[in-house]
Amino acid sequence: MMVGDWLDIGPVDQIAPGTARTLPVVGGEEIAVFRTQHGGFHALVNKCPHKQGPLSQGIVHGGVVTCPLHNWNISLKTGEAQGEDKGCVPVIPLKVDAGRIYLLRAAVLGQRAA
Amino acid sequence: MRSGGFFVFTHLPEGNPVNAPTTVLEKHPPATAPVRERLVVIGNGMAGCRAVEEILARDCGRFDVTIFGAEPRVNYNRIMLSPVLAGEKAFEDIVINGADWYADNAITLVSGDPVVSIDRETRTLTTRSGRVEPYDRLLIATGSDPFIIPVPGRDLDGVVTFRDLDDVDRMLAAADKGGSAVVIGGGLLGLEAAHGLALRGMKVTVVHLMPTLMERQLDEAAGFLLKSELERRGQTIVTGGDTAEITGANGHVTGVKLKDGRTFDADIVVMAVGIRPATGLARAAGLAVERGIVVDDHMVTSDPAIMAVGECVQHRGQCYGLVAPLWDMCRALADNACRDEGACEQPTGYAGSVTSTKLKVSGIDLFSAGDFSGGDGAEDIVMRDASRGIYKRVVVRDNKLVGAVLYGDTADGSWYFDLLKKGEDISPIREALIFGQAFANGGPSLDPNAAVAALSDDAEICGCNGVSKGQVVASIKGGACSLDAVRSTCKASASCGSCTGLVESLLAITLGDEVQSGPKTLCKCTSFGHDDVRRLILEKELKAIPQVMQELHWKTPDGCASCRPALNYYLLCAWPGQVEDDQKSRFVNERMHANIQKDGTYSVVPRMWGGLTNPRELRAIADVVEKYNAPMVKVTGGQRLDIFGIKKEDLPAVWADLNAAGMVSGHAYGKSLRTVKTCVGSEWCRFGTQDSTGLGVKLERMTWGSWMPHKFKIAVSGCPRNCAEATIKDFGVVCIDSGYELHVGGNGGIKVRATDLLCKVATEAEAMDVCAAFIQLYREQAHYLERTAPWIERVGLDHVKAGLFDDHDSVTRLAARFRHSQLFCQDDPWAARAAGAHADLHQHLAEVRPLQMENA
Repeated sequence: MMVGDWLDIGPVDQIAPGTARTLPVVGGEEIAVFRTQHGGFHALVNKCPHKQGPLSQGIVHGGVVTCPLHNWNISLKTGEAQGEDKGCVPVIPLKVDAGRIYLLRAAVLGQRAA
Repeated sequence: MRSGGFFVFTHLPEGNPVNAPTTVLEKHPPATAPVRERLVVIGNGMAGCRAVEEILARDCGRFDVTIFGAEPRVNYNRIMLSPVLAGEKAFEDIVINGADWYADNAITLVSGDPVVSIDRETRTLTTRSGRVEPYDRLLIATGSDPFIIPVPGRDLDGVVTFRDLDDVDRMLAAADKGGSAVVIGGGLLGLEAAHGLALRGMKVTVVHLMPTLMERQLDEAAGFLLKSELERRGQTIVTGGDTAEITGANGHVTGVKLKDGRTFDADIVVMAVGIRPATGLARAAGLAVERGIVVDDHMVTSDPAIMAVGECVQHRGQCYGLVAPLWDMCRALADNACRDEGACEQPTGYAGSVTSTKLKVSGIDLFSAGDFSGGDGAEDIVMRDASRGIYKRVVVRDNKLVGAVLYGDTADGSWYFDLLKKGEDISPIREALIFGQAFANGGPSLDPNAAVAALSDDAEICGCNGVSKGQVVASIKGGACSLDAVRSTCKASASCGSCTGLVESLLAITLGDEVQSGPKTLCKCTSFGHDDVRRLILEKELKAIPQVMQELHWKTPDGCASCRPALNYYLLCAWPGQVEDDQKSRFVNERMHANIQKDGTYSVVPRMWGGLTNPRELRAIADVVEKYNAPMVKVTGGQRLDIFGIKKEDLPAVWADLNAAGMVSGHAYGKSLRTVKTCVGSEWCRFGTQDSTGLGVKLERMTWGSWMPHKFKIAVSGCPRNCAEATIKDFGVVCIDSGYELHVGGNGGIKVRATDLLCKVATEAEAMDVCAAFIQLYREQAHYLERTAPWIERVGLDHVKAGLFDDHDSVTRLAARFRHSQLFCQDDPWAARAAGAHADLHQHLAEVRPLQMENA
C-alpha cells in the first residue's frame, strides 16, 4: 500500500445527509464524520468541548451540530462553540474525491493520546 | 446512416478551401516549413470540435486536422439531447458543425471507426478497422461514459443509458410502444430523461438513491419543491430507493426491484446515475491518469505532444461534467497550441471553472451555482413565496456571494452567477441582494423597506384576506403595534403568512422603534408560534418538514435543533400513518431508542407492563447484564429495570436478546408514554378497592408507543392511600369503592405539581376512554416539549374539561382518533433495529488502528 497524506475512509454514501458516523482511533480520540443536508462533509473529534458529549449523535442543521447532552451548538467547519458558549473541538481536515471521503492522516494520528 | 459500419469524409486541401493557402504561405514560407503539422483529434464531440474551432480561429494554416468520432455522424450539441427526447427539437436543430464545416476547413472526419490504441513511440494511432494514422500533435477529447451500476439484469435488452443520439433513438422506440419507464438516477440527466419519456406518453418512475433529488445541485428545500412538482405532473418519484436488480423475461427488461422489496414495472430502464471520464485509451498509452487524464493549465498531458480537453480530463484535481468549462479549456488549449516556437509570452492558461446548473425541463425554473453547503462564517439569506412556489437562497461568506439556489424564479440566476464568479464585495447591496438585480441596483435606496414604502396605498399586501397596504397602515396607526396585533385586527398575514415580511416592513416604516415583538415564535427560524404552525399544518395539509418550511416561509434553509423535532412531531400527530418519521429530526434518544448517558453509552429499559415481571424476563435481563458487561442495573422510579453502560454498536444485539424473552422497548427515552406505575390493588392488598394492577396493564397496552409533545407518565393506585403516587403523574387513576377518580396534570419534576381532579367514572372502560381522550387532547393542543402540568397551567383546567366534556361525544371522538393513531405506533422499534434496520446508526464507519496506519 502506498503511503499517502490522506486516509481513505470509504464512499460518501455511507453517511446519509443530515447525519454523522463515527471512526474510533485505537489509542486516540474517536472522530465524528458529518454530512450536512446540503452535502457538505466535515470531521471533528467526537467530543463536545463542554462535557465531552458525542457530537456524532446530535441534530445537524445548517453547518452546525447540536450536542445531544446539553444543546451546545458546535460549528462543523471550525469546531467552535456558537453563541454565548465558549470552547473548541479539533477539526480533522477532510476532502472528498471521486465519491470517497479522505481524512488528513497526520490529523487523525495527531488525535492519539500522547 | 447507422449500419454498424464506418464512414470516412475526406476533404483534402487541394480543393483550395476558402481561407487556407495564402495565409499558409505567408506564415510558413516553403523553404522552411513545407509540411503542416498533423493534428489528430480523438473525439468528434463538443470538446474536440470546439478546440479545433478555437485553433482555426487563431491560425487556420498551421495544422492538417483529422478528427476521429466513434459515432457515425457529424458534430452535435450533446446537451440538447434532452429537448430532442422531449420532442422540442429535431436532430438537425442541434447539429453544431455540418459536413460543410469539415469541408470548408479541410478537416478529415473519420466517423464510426473508433480509435483503439495510441502508440506514443511512433506517434501513430490505430482504429478498429486497422487504419493507422500518424500525428505530430494529438488531442484526446473522448468525453465520458455513463456509469452502469453493477446490478443483476443490467445487460438486459431495454436497459439504456442517456449519452448519445442512439440512446435517444432507443428511448423513442420504446416510447412509441407506450408502457412504463423506470429512470434510475434523479440527477440532472435522469430527470431530463424522465421528463422526455413522460411527454412521450410513458408512465415514468424515477428511482433516486439519495433522499433529495439532484442533491449535488439542490438543497433539501428546493429538492422538495422539485419533487412535488414532478409528482403533480404524474411522475412517480422514489427517493432513498436503492436498486437491487433489474428483472427481465426472455432477455428483455420487465421491471426494477429495490432493496426494500418494492418493485416497479418497466418496458425500458434508463440508467442515469452518473458519468465517468473516458480514459481507457490514455491509460493504455501510459499517460498520467487519475480520475481523468491529468492535464496542466494549457491542457497538455504528461506527454508534451498530447493534449486533452473536456469531460475526460482532470485539471487541478477537478473533473467537470458540464458544458461551460469546455469553452475556457478550449481557449487555453488553442492559445498554447498556436503559440509560435520561441515566443517568450506564455499564455495565461486555464484556471478552472465555477459551474452553474439549470434543469432543462420546460415549466420548471431551477438554478444552482457555487457552494451552498453553508456552515461557519456563511450567512444564508432565504426568501420564500409559497403562493408563487418560489424558493431563493443565497449564501454569503466574507462579504462575497459564494452560492445560490433558486427555484420557481431564476431570472436573477445569471446575475448571481456573475457576482459569484467575480467575487465582488457585495456588502453595499447585501440587504437587497435576495430581491434580485433590479432592486439591488436600481431601487430608490438599498433599504428593503423602501420598496414597501414606495407601494401605493391600495396595493394588496395580504392576498389570502384581501388586505391593502392602506388598511394595514390604518390598523397599525390604530394601535396594532405588533405583528400579532396586525394579524388579529385586519387579518393581514393571519392565514398563509407569506406577507409576513411585508407587514413587518410596514410596522417598521410606520412605527420605527416602537414595534412590539409578537407572541413567542416556535424558534428563530419562523415568525409563527406553535399554535399557528399546528393550525396551518392541518389547514394547508402539509405533510413533510421541507413543505412546512416552504409554505410557512422559514427563514433558514433547513431549520434548527428546536424546530425540526417539533415539526416532526406535529406532522406525525396531524397525519397518523401518512407521513414519514424523519429520523434525522429526532433527538438522539428517540433516534437510538435508548437513553444517552454522560459518557456516551446508553441505558436500556425494557417494557414491564404495569410494572409486572416474571422469571423469564428477569433471567433475560440478568443474562444481558452479564453478556454485555453492563456496569449497573437500577430500579427506576417508574417500576422498571434500567441497564446502564451499553455501547451504541451493541444495542441491536441487546434488543434481540430482550425481544427473545418477549420484552419490547420501554420507551424510557421518548417524548412518549413512559410507564404506567401500579400498586397491587384488590387482588392482594387488604385496602384495595379495584384491580389497579390489571387496569394499569390495560392502560399501558393501550397507550404504549404513542408519540407525545413531551414524556407522559401514568399511575393507577388501588385506594386513596395512593401507593402508586398517581397524583403527581400526567394522568393518574385513584380507585375508590364506587369507581375511579381520574386526575391530570401532575408532575414530580423541578416544579412539583399535584394533579387536578378531572372527573369520576364508574367503570374501567370509561376510565380507559377518558384516558385516551385526554392524551389525544394533549397531543393535539400542547406545544412541543410542554408537559401536561405547564400546558394545563397555560390553558386552564376549564379549557381541558370543555374540550373533553362540553360535547357529549367529544370523549368518544378524541379516543377514536387516539386509537387510530396507535395503529401506526405500536410496532416495537427494537425488533426492527435488531433485524438490521438503520444499521448505520449503530455501526462505526471503520476503525483506525495505529499499527496499520504506520505501516500503511
